Parts: sequence; structure tokens; C-alpha cells
Amino acid sequence: MSFAESPNRILYFCSMVFLLVSPNALKAGAKYKDLYKRPTQIPYPASNTYSDARMILGRTLFFDPRLSGSNWISCATCHNPAFSWGDGLAKGIGHGMKELNRRTPTILNLAWGELMFWDGRTESLEEQALGPVASTGEMNLPIDQLLAKISKFEGYQVLFKGAYPEEGITKDTVSKAIATFERSVVSGKAPFDRWIEGDETAISEKAKHGFTLFNEKALCSQCHSGWRFTDEGFYDIGLVGDDKGRGKILPDIETLQYAFKTPTLRNVDHRAPYMHNGSEASLKKVVDFYNKGGDVSRGSKSEHIKALMLSDEEKNALIAFLKTLTSNDAATPVTMLPR
Amino acid sequence: MKRLFLILPFIITQFASAKDHTITQKGKAFSESEITLAPGDNLIFKNDDDTSHNVFSSVEPMKFNLGIQKPGSEAAHKFDSAGVAELRCAIHPKMKIKVTVK
Repeated sequence: MSFAESPNRILYFCSMVFLLVSPNALKAGAKYKDLYKRPTQIPYPASNTYSDARMILGRTLFFDPRLSGSNWISCATCHNPAFSWGDGLAKGIGHGMKELNRRTPTILNLAWGELMFWDGRTESLEEQALGPVASTGEMNLPIDQLLAKISKFEGYQVLFKGAYPEEGITKDTVSKAIATFERSVVSGKAPFDRWIEGDETAISEKAKHGFTLFNEKALCSQCHSGWRFTDEGFYDIGLVGDDKGRGKILPDIETLQYAFKTPTLRNVDHRAPYMHNGSEASLKKVVDFYNKGGDVSRGSKSEHIKALMLSDEEKNALIAFLKTLTSNDAATPVTMLPR
Repeated sequence: MKRLFLILPFIITQFASAKDHTITQKGKAFSESEITLAPGDNLIFKNDDDTSHNVFSSVEPMKFNLGIQKPGSEAAHKFDSAGVAELRCAIHPKMKIKVTVK
């Protein structure tokens, strides 16, 4: 009997297919791994270098509700570490318990950020820090009153002297201290990172498939790129609403109308609801939103937002992958506030 | 007529010295982080990326907006006045290039 007639030919053929396909299957997404490696240190600007004293002062200020007109709202009220540095609400709540226009964004990983706020209206964490404090709708405390208030506390005098000797308690040093603390808020190593480092057992095969979809058919990495899963770019993704986002800041640039900053996806599983307006209640709803190509068609909508034709299996794989970005971070210590 | 002959070399010299400079966009980055131009030079932006860009500057007198620039396309701006400005991609603000015109 020749090989062509032998029943073993089928076994031989299947073995050859397996040998050709399986290495590729095992290396699913491997070609993208280098794009997602974590950095080894946090960047601090030359104008505001790190010190423990500065970080502790910034953390103290961040958690101090007296940085508000009501003495009730601290930065941490909305940027709550227990809600992955957001507040778990569709829209933030400000002074007088009034609902704000946009969802509170996380402060995770902003040391690597570029422009701050959903609409990118400030250039740095230092420039951003006191915006919400002074905003009448948010913390409602004029800066001169803030400085007068905290200067009365001996504890703050000591903290500022240790952090910024010779500079005093000023708008500048308050901003710099808060920014220094915010830069220290970094999402830890997640199962995804261990897989990137070479541990093939760190995430499931389903999640690996999701990662490949993330970088290919689902087009997520067009905007959610790099280890923080954001390119810091501004895109109109076709959400319903009147809020023009960055378009309000730069009204002459068509592509920025209804465009908002791409948020990080690190620990995204802990930050429902989603989008700048909190309109999507779950990761499943987010994936469904993108799968249909958004809710609105208009000239400013990003070229990357289009119907994706994902199957249910593919959608589930994407969500499985997104969940691998969640790290088991240590709790943030909260120091006693100066009295 | 005599006056025309006198100023003609000057005019020709000005046109002859204006240069074109090309900056490519790839990997959501400009090929240079800064460039120095002479007044009248053209800066050509070539999109070698797989995503659109939109170069702009909001600083007078170098305020301009090149609009959306799809992959594979080119867009140019002529810098007539001396000055310094940071150009950015409106979509990808990490893309920056400092332009000095002198």
C-alpha cells in the first residue's frame, strides 16, 4: 500500500498543519508585546523634582477637604483611590451637591500625560491642580482664601518648609506639591504585564485572543496605545451630546469638535461607567458602542470609529483582555491632617 | 525702467533663497523636534503614518491650521515672519516641533 493510499496520510497531514499553525497560535499578539512594556521610572519635570517631603505634602493637600469653600470636598472626594481615583459616577458632583457636566477622570498614570482635563485645557499637572479648587461649580474656594486658610496651620507651615524651603506657601508651591503627589499615583503590575514579561500562564488564551483583536480587527490600539493604553490624543468617537470637548477650546479646528482626551485603560475594570459623560454603564456596553461605529455620524468623527463586525466570542475575548489590565495595588496611606 | 533693472536682482535673490523643508509624521511623531527657517521658507508636512494628523499653531503671528491630513498626503505652510512657535498635531498633542524663523 502506498502512502497516498495509507490511512496514516490523514494523521500525517493533520500533524503537519498542527506544527505549522501552533507556533503562531502560541505567539498570538507576540509582535505587539514590545509596544506595551512598562517604563522603569516615573518622570518628574526639572522645575518640580521629586522628594518624599513634596509627595507627602501633596498627598496631605489632596485629601484635605478644607481646600473647598464648604470644607467638605477634597480632591480625593472625586478622585477617590477606592474607585480607581475616580468617583464611580456618570457625572461628578460639585459644590452644593450639584451635578457637573462630565465624568470625573482618573488621575492614574498622569505623570506621563500631556494635556490635562477631558478637553486638554491645561498643559501640566501643576497648571491643572488648582483649577477645580477655584472653580465655583467644583470646590468653590478662591485661591487667596485657600492660601490664607492653610497658612494658619503650623502643620502645613512645617510641611511646606520641608518640601519647598524658602518658597513659602504660595499658589505655586501648592500646585507643585499636589502635582508631585499625583505623579506618584501609578497603576501597578497587572497580569497583562507579567505576560508581556514572558509568563505565558499570566493571562488566558481568550485574553490573548482579545489582545490580538485589540491591536487588529477592533482598532482599539489606534487610540489606546502604549503601556498606559492611551496616546493622549483627542478624538470624536461619535457620542451623543452637545459638549464639544476640546472643540470649545479650539473652535477653529474641525477635527477637535466633540473630541475628548483618550483615557488610560489601566484598571479600567474598576472605573465604570465609561466615556466623558458616563453614558456606557459597562465594558460590554463600551464594546457594543464601538462595534456599531458610535451613535452619531458627523464631519469631526474619527476615521478609526467604524462598524467592526465583531462576533459575540470576539467581544468576550476583548473584555477578557481588558480585565487583565487590573493590578492589585496597595492601599494609599492617608496622613493626619494639620489642625 | 531703470529702477526696475536696479531692483530686479534683489527680487530674484529673494525668490531664489526661499527653501522647502520637509518634516515627516510617523508613529505619531514628527521627524524633528525643532527646525530653524528663514522668512519665506516653506515647511512641508508629509504624513507617512497610518493615521491622520492636523498640524496647527495658535501663536501669532505664526497662527495657522493645516486641517486634517490623511495618511500619504502632504500639507505645507509658508513662514513669512520672524518668530518662534511650537507647532503641534491637534489630534496627538505629544507631537510637537519648535519652529524658529530668523
